[in-house]
Amino acid sequence: MSAAQTLVDLFAGRRDAATLATGEWEGVTGVARTEAMLATLSHQLEGADLPPPVAALFADQRVAAKVAQDQALWEAEMARRALAPEGIEFVLLKGTAYAAAGLSCSSGRQIGDLDILVLASDIRRAENELLEAGWEWVKSDPYDDHYYREHMHELPPLIHKARDRMIDVHHTILPKTHRITPDALALVSDAATTASGFAILNPEDMACHCAAHMLADGDLQGGLRNLWDFNCLTRDFAAADAGFWSKLDARAGLHGLRAAVHRAARLARDLYGAELQAGWDRRDAGDFWYRHRLLARDDWGRSTNFVLQQAFYIRSHWLRMPPRMLAGHLWTKWRKR
Amino acid sequence: MRHSTRISVGPVRFRVGSDWREPVAALERLYASYPQDDARPADATVRLFAARPWRRWLRPSVHIGGDFVVPDALPLPLAMGLLAAEMGMNLQVALGWRRHMLLHASAVARDGRAVIMSGESGSGKSTLAALLGEGDWRLMGDEFTLIEPASGDALAFPRAVSLKNEAIAEMAGRVDAARLGPLLAGTPKGDIRHLIPRPEAVAAMHEPARPALLLFPRFGGEVAIEPMGEGEAFVRLTEASTNYIALGEPGFAALTRLVRETPAFGISYPDSAAGMALVEQLWAEAAQ
Repeated sequence: MSAAQTLVDLFAGRRDAATLATGEWEGVTGVARTEAMLATLSHQLEGADLPPPVAALFADQRVAAKVAQDQALWEAEMARRALAPEGIEFVLLKGTAYAAAGLSCSSGRQIGDLDILVLASDIRRAENELLEAGWEWVKSDPYDDHYYREHMHELPPLIHKARDRMIDVHHTILPKTHRITPDALALVSDAATTASGFAILNPEDMACHCAAHMLADGDLQGGLRNLWDFNCLTRDFAAADAGFWSKLDARAGLHGLRAAVHRAARLARDLYGAELQAGWDRRDAGDFWYRHRLLARDDWGRSTNFVLQQAFYIRSHWLRMPPRMLAGHLWTKWRKR
Repeated sequence: MRHSTRISVGPVRFRVGSDWREPVAALERLYASYPQDDARPADATVRLFAARPWRRWLRPSVHIGGDFVVPDALPLPLAMGLLAAEMGMNLQVALGWRRHMLLHASAVARDGRAVIMSGESGSGKSTLAALLGEGDWRLMGDEFTLIEPASGDALAFPRAVSLKNEAIAEMAGRVDAARLGPLLAGTPKGDIRHLIPRPEAVAAMHEPARPALLLFPRFGGEVAIEPMGEGEAFVRLTEASTNYIALGEPGFAALTRLVRETPAFGISYPDSAAGMALVEQLWAEAAQ
């Protein structure tokens, strides 16, 4: 049994933490760290029967994650103070949104950058306001800068000069050149609001974005964490609203993300034991490769299965841009190596 | 991985894996006298690996990886595998440890009270701690000192001392050769040789000590003692801490308490003997 498999078994509740041997804990801890899920696991196993050193390490992780989350929410507040006075509305995305809304997947979740979504028509103003409020450009490379502005779904990353924190300002949730074009206007106009006054995506859009981010916009790097987000989001939303799954299906159709969302649901079932409804609970031969890619780590946290990883890497680019453009992009990137 | 070992230093247990036997064998020799706790899972993972399979044999070069990785870190030749392991262990602690506030500082203790010495590389803090540790002080560590946020106590991290350049000869004349590791000549940090702490220091590694003196040594120049204000000590220690920001408010509280309760001095000294005398003098004054 690989450590990655043991990790998802612990999350799914298929494995009792009390039965893990010393060496297994080392593998699980290492893989969880590499997947940025150690604090999430610490929450999942809070109160479980753990060896004292593991319990102590997990307690550290929970405390540290709380501090990190407060810091991430403070960044959201800083963005609000920079943008709100100018009437620029923004929607929090991903980790910060989960934390702001107090969703269950936010327990222990690592939050990297602050991701926000603004209307495409507001993006230049948003950039100016952030620059005035102390954020600076990170990428100095003219090609990368041009590439971001012409083809991506977000501005080149900005970093705050005093707090050293990154903000990604999106105007939609997939690159402009992607084969799929989600309805960005609907994402913003149908947004929900947290008790703390931040706009977040509504439940269906949040699940759509999570699946798009994991399956349509990358090479599944960090996929176990994204899949855990998806698993918790859909589980909790469905518990609160019996019509959630059918609403999700319709909304995914609107954004062109039905395939991604359905696959995410099946993978959540296969790895984390999610319960799916009729219409969702299907088999798909292609899922095999996704499961393997998600679990491609050895007990030392190293990536395994190089060929499969490369295949997913190429796939991510193939989805993101048309072939001619891809060739030009790779040529430019290669020449600059 | 092909070769691996476990090492416990202070509160941290490491799992070190390597593509080669040599670094693991060298680690096991240096840490043979440290407590073994085979039932305890490691907190942190270090990996020493070849970037390409053939580089295991052909001009073997050791890349440093683990739970936390520094992008673009340069590999080291296999002859410096022990240094790679040490750097890997330091990296995991610096970036991953959250239970305590980490200070990039050496420390020695006597009667349950600690002298914490913080300074840049080349300030002599490691050498001073190693020399004092050979006298009637307990060496707590030459690289990291851990502050427990709740109690304010200092905790030891007595890894094998990394002696550099002139310090090697200075120590080699004083200690049993069996306590010295192999000479690593011409590393990016100069010549390096590891010193195994005295058995008492290893045996006492879980015993906390109360911070009693904060010193900021500077090697070179005339003997001088400059009392340092709380504010300056605070700012210097935030710069010397790898996880001060990550700890948030408890880190701020711990550091504030440390600088308020502990007298701090900048010291300059032309040679080790003078440096040791300064520490003894300030210690005696602080005890009054």
